[in-house]
Parts: sequence; structure tokens; C-alpha cells
Amino acid sequence: MSIFVDETTKVIYQGLTGSQGRFYGLRNRDYGTQVVAGTNPKKAGTDVEGIPIYASVAEAKEATGATASCVFIPAPGVKGAVMEAAEAGLELVVVITEGVPAQDEAWFFNKVRRDHPGTRILGPNCPGVISPGKANIGITAGEIAKEGGPVGIVSRSGTLTYQALYELKLADIGVTTCVGIGGDPVPGTSFIDCLEAFEADPETKAVMMIGEIGGSAEEEAAEFIKAEMSKPVAAYVAGVTAPPGKKMGHAGAIVSGGKGTAAAKIEALEDAGVRVGQNPTEAGAHMVDIVASL
Amino acid sequence: MDLFEYQGKQLFASYDIPVSPGDVATTVDDAVAAAEAIGDYPVVVKAQVQVGGRGKAGGIKLADTVDEVRTHAEAILGMDIKGHTVERVWIEKASDIAEEYYASFTLDRSAKTHLGMLSAQGGVEIEAVAETDPDAIAKIWVDPVDGLTEEVARGWVAAAKLDDAATEGAVDILQKLYRAYVDGDADLVEINPLILTPEGKVHALDAKVTLDANAGFRHDLFEYEATQERDAREQAAHDKGLQYVGLDGTVGVIANGAGLAMSTVDIINQVGGSPANFLDIGGGANADVMAGALEVITGDEKVRSIFINIFGGITKGDEVANGIVAALERVDIDVPMVIRLDGTNAEEGREILSAHTSEKVLTKPTMLEAAEAAVELAK
Repeated sequence: MSIFVDETTKVIYQGLTGSQGRFYGLRNRDYGTQVVAGTNPKKAGTDVEGIPIYASVAEAKEATGATASCVFIPAPGVKGAVMEAAEAGLELVVVITEGVPAQDEAWFFNKVRRDHPGTRILGPNCPGVISPGKANIGITAGEIAKEGGPVGIVSRSGTLTYQALYELKLADIGVTTCVGIGGDPVPGTSFIDCLEAFEADPETKAVMMIGEIGGSAEEEAAEFIKAEMSKPVAAYVAGVTAPPGKKMGHAGAIVSGGKGTAAAKIEALEDAGVRVGQNPTEAGAHMVDIVASL
Repeated sequence: MDLFEYQGKQLFASYDIPVSPGDVATTVDDAVAAAEAIGDYPVVVKAQVQVGGRGKAGGIKLADTVDEVRTHAEAILGMDIKGHTVERVWIEKASDIAEEYYASFTLDRSAKTHLGMLSAQGGVEIEAVAETDPDAIAKIWVDPVDGLTEEVARGWVAAAKLDDAATEGAVDILQKLYRAYVDGDADLVEINPLILTPEGKVHALDAKVTLDANAGFRHDLFEYEATQERDAREQAAHDKGLQYVGLDGTVGVIANGAGLAMSTVDIINQVGGSPANFLDIGGGANADVMAGALEVITGDEKVRSIFINIFGGITKGDEVANGIVAALERVDIDVPMVIRLDGTNAEEGREILSAHTSEKVLTKPTMLEAAEAAVELAK
């Protein structure tokens, strides 16, 4: 099994007619993902290499039976795009766009949680989700992920998600699902949401978690792991040597007033029984050990 | 981006939040003119820097006469406060203070809603209050969809136990402050101190505002952008649209993605080296971006080797490789460079690079090996 997506997932690409949307939409289709439609009110009735374009998400869903959307809309339009997908009743909205204002993100997260509880948002500013061999929604290079399980991956950082997949592939370890939750202040899907889903997924036997400095999401995940998870977890937390007070790219990656340090996160995770690597390669090696002992 | 106090106060004033009348000045003569325009002494001369602790550093002085304004402005302009040179002073009418409070809004990442903090113990470091007497801070969580209603604001003010005379003024200011926070696309708005005067007026005596640069499409941030205090390396990187943080080491770092860049900094430290910087070229990096990144790195005299760590997702390996090749032609690079390239179009990228590898341009198959090589070359 996999979490959030599988071979039956039908995806609409909001922004398929743009250059990035087109590149990744077509690449995701080549991977085997059911890319069933794109939306663009000005280009309804046209197509992108055979993928029909509709004026709205609701129309696209009506015509194709889509259950998910992938958003490649520029930041100013993301709030509207997410709400359009949620109002159309899609189950999953994956937002790749970076640079979405935090006020927009906080607003649509709460609005969707309240008015459209059946809709899961992933991102913004995330690489997407890949269930190797089944579906790839987003910007992850499919060839770096080995299919067949038994490891689930959840990561706050895009590039480190790829790094984690790659480490496992080099060790010939497959992945059930790899979820990039994104490094923004209000991610639509949290570490805990993913850990909970992996715990419930019979094919996932172990989980690899990639965190980073800033906020307290890793500490909260550690509490969840300690209390609720039976499956082993290996982790890496980026920013061990980051200087305090400096914003390291992600809105989330900033250490302030001694809060949100990598050291505190690593301590919390280790206290929950998680094997934490000093770098992605070491975390990968921990996972190799874990898988060997399953 | 952080605003100066005077910019924060101008923003507050545009939302009808009461602030003291005043003006900003970059010269002693202008400071004197600003004081004379207020025409009612005493006035306060306040250093404008994007860093805390200016009061303790002698950057805030009361002036009873025009001569004192001149003396203080002369002392404060040009003063160094924690590495920031004071280039501006804010002159405002001094306020009589009966009580000092604290008020702020920021995003609570855990709760995923806005957090408002209000305390009757203002005028001091709120972090210290939070540690020694956490009950002295009244917190509310405001759902972004609901916003802050007058009723909620009233209950909040009551919970914070502000003086009765301050209640109406505080309820009004807090609602306006919330508007400024949301509509202004701020990451943080803070008033410390929020004061009650002996006449029963409540107003903002200071303003700390951090704006979300991602919301630039909704606001004209040009003026704020132009006054950001950055070191020379950070300014050069910023001008090229790069995410850059200057560090003190000898290995220049270029990576795509904040996580990978952070991890690259970590791994250089772990194999015994010292990173010169954090530089994230972001998603979709093309040749120009890569050349720009190399220009910034080579402009740092401490850099003895460069580690380019790319894992392609949205960034394509062939574009990165072309960027490196173009940069090698454009930028005079006299330090060795170690490249690790994986992910989207990595094979095409490695193919492009293979024609250009030399003693000074190496490729390594893993992040760890590349880090070790870069650290060794920096010695």
C-alpha cells in the first residue's frame, strides 16, 4: 500500500499550461501517474499533449473523476487555487509553489480545515508526494525512488527528500510513499499526519524522517512517535551547525532565542527511540540497519 | 524584512494606531530641524537600527533643549550598535508615562493560527518576563478566518489586567494592530512599550515590525527594501536574488534548496572544515543564477575552495552544469571547485561537466566525498 496517493489517483494540474506545470505534469504522466486534466480559464477546450484543459477545477473533476490536484500556480494565485480545489471537493491538493505569503497560508489552512475537512493540503513549497511505481505528483525525480517498500519517508526539505530517496536506493531499499511536507510556516500536512498514516499502512515497516531547525514540529513528532508508533524511525535534522538568528532560506529554518535548535530536536527524537544521523548519509545507514533487522 | 522603528510607526499611523509625533533624520541639522518642528521639549532622540538593545548601548537620549538635541544626535549618528552603524535617528515628542505594557501578534506555527500576546509588564525584555513570570503574559489565539473581534479583544485586555483607564484605548489599538499585522502581511508586529499616559491616553511608544517579503506582490516594499541592513556579501547576493547567509569559514557553499544547503554546511563542519557561507540558489536555477552565485562566493576573500552540491528536483542538472560552464568563462575563479550533481537530468549535467573537469574543477559521486575533497582543498 501507500499513503495519500496510489495508482488509482487521478490528478488535475492547476497551472499545466505554464512552463513548470507543463514540464512536471508531463513528466509525472510519463512516470505513470494518471494526469487527467489541467485548468486554465483562458485556455479551456485546448490540451497539453493530449491532456484536456478545463476552465475550472469543478469542471475538470466533473469530466474526469479527478480526486487530486497539483498546484503550479504563481504565489499570488495560490490562495484562490487551493480554495477552488477544496470547494470542488478534491481529496488532495499538492501545492508546489514557493513564496506563498504566510498570511495566505494560515488563512487557507484554517478555512479548508473548517469548511472542507475532506480535503488534505500538502505544502505549499513542497516537492510533492511519490509512491514509487504508482504515482508521482510534484517535482521529485521518479528514477531516484525504488518501489516496493518497506520504508516510508517524510521530509520538511525538498532537496533532502531526494537525498533520502537516493541514499535508500543506493542501498537497494524500496519506499512505500515519500512525502515532502515543505518548510513553510503552516504546512497543510504535518509530520504527525504522515507518521500516523505510515503507522496505519501495513506495507510500511519503518519510517525515515527529515527535519530541520526552526519551529517545534520535530519535537511534536517525537512525542507522537513515543506515544503512538510501533514502527522504527530513523531521522536527520538539518542545521546542526547553523548560527542562531540567521534565516537559512526556509521561513521555518531559523533558530531564535535558543528555541528550535537542531540539538533540542535531536534530543527529543532520540528520547523517543529514533535513531538520528549526523548527516543524510548516516541517517540512511541507520535505516539500512533498521531494514536489515526487520 | 525588518523595519526601522520609524517605518513601523509610519505603518502603524496608517492604520490609525496612535504614535508620538516625530520625524526621521540622517544628519544633525535635520535632527535639530525635526525637534524644532515638534516645538515642544523634551524630545527623544532614538537611534534607528535593525537590532535590539539600542537603549542599553546609549542609542536613546532625552533632550530638554535644542542644544541637547544637537549633542545627542552628534553622539548617536555614526554610533556602532552590535555591528550596525546608526545612519538615522528618530526624533519624537517625549511622553509622560504612567504605565508600560507589551503587545504583539505573530504566527504560532504549532497552533497554525495567529498568536496575540499582551502583558501589563511592558518596557522590559519580554523574553525575561516569559521565563520568570509566564502568567504575566495574556495570550490569545486568533483564527485567521474569524479575525479579532472587539469582544475577544475586550476579554483579552481584561485577562492581561491592564489598568482600567487603559482598557478602551487598548481594545481599540489591539484591533488596529491585528489589521496592520494581517493586511500589512507582517510576520511580527510588536509594541513595547505600549504606554498609558497620566492623561489616560494609550499609544505606541515603540514599533517593531517584520514584513513577509513573499507578500511583496501586494505591497510596495521598495522603500523598506532599500533600507535593509546587510553586510556587503549579503547585499551582493541579495542583488542577484540569492538566499545567502555569510559565515566565517573557508569553504564556499552553493546548493539548491534550503535543506540541502543547510545540510551541506553541516557536513563541511562534520568532516573538519568550516563553511564560508550558506547559499541556496533555489529552484529552477539557470546559467545566470549559477554564474551569479559563483561571483558572490569568489568575491569573499576567505574562500579557499568551493563545494557545489546540487540535487535536482525542480532544478535541472543540465541547466546547472551549463551555468557552471558559463560561469567559468565569465567569472575569474582561482580557487578549486568540487561539484556533486544528482537528480533531474543529472546524467546530462555530468556529461556537460566532464568536458570541463580539471585540477581545479572536480566532480565527486557523493555528498560526503565531495565535502571531504572540498575541505581538503581548502587547507
